[in-house]
Amino acid sequence: MSDSQNLSKPDLDRSFSELYRTHLGDVYSYAYYRVGNHHDAEDLTEQTFLQAYRHYERALRESDGRPLRPWLIRIAHNLAANYYRDRARRPESAIEDAAVISAPHTTETLVEGREELEQILAGVQQLPDDRREALIMRFALGMDNREIARALGRSDGATKVLLHRAIKQLEGIVGENGGGPAAEEDRAR
Amino acid sequence: MSTTEFEARLRAALHPVEPPEDFAVRLERGLVELHEMATDELEAWELSAMRDPRNWARPAAAAVVGTGAGAALFVLRARARHRRRRAQSANVLDLAERTVRDLADEARRLLPGGD
Repeated sequence: MSDSQNLSKPDLDRSFSELYRTHLGDVYSYAYYRVGNHHDAEDLTEQTFLQAYRHYERALRESDGRPLRPWLIRIAHNLAANYYRDRARRPESAIEDAAVISAPHTTETLVEGREELEQILAGVQQLPDDRREALIMRFALGMDNREIARALGRSDGATKVLLHRAIKQLEGIVGENGGGPAAEEDRAR
Repeated sequence: MSTTEFEARLRAALHPVEPPEDFAVRLERGLVELHEMATDELEAWELSAMRDPRNWARPAAAAVVGTGAGAALFVLRARARHRRRRAQSANVLDLAERTVRDLADEARRLLPGGD
């Protein structure tokens, strides 16, 4: 039996508030890369926390002490799926502010680097949904294989394969568009 | 470029995105304020409900949503929708109709097993 069953309502609310503060950034990042713009990402984030609150007590009880981030991301994942189904759309190209490079660079390398990152982002948008999501969870949220597996409802092994294939496919896409390892190997030949 | 380098660039491309500051602040402030508001309102209702039959017919939404962040999120959500409805409504009557319909939908969603 989990301790959560003994939590009072104020304690549950405090606990939920902590979860919210800890993972607001994760949920927002995930939502942003799924829907491609800040406006819808805000809406998706808000709905995710609303849903999470409704089922929080049960989730806490059933988590058996495991982190709740995969559960939160799974809620966002389901809501995002509804979002596309209801509105029959996918992200328009189009991540609003593409990538930002924080390290100092010369103007030339900055532009080259930005273009390359934009190519990678555009490639991510071309991937099948499950591969794209796995990459977002791994690289934007820093989730490990086990967390991603829980969020996607897959086994650890299947998740590892999914990530591997996603990276390989993305390398191929970026390579075809003139960047990435595949293109560089072609140029070297 | 090796696969490891490619993964590093992928990590740079998919950098974490912070929510706009005004969104985080707005959401958090709304939760806190509305939590307090909902708690106060419920306490006042509990004191008077049994004495005054007129209070027995309070809006169903308030009763089913209950206290705490659930109520806070409920009101927050309703407010966000209000902004959207206001933009969509042709006139005041239309806005009122949309508001009542929306509040009822939200209360149903928050009821246990209300999905």
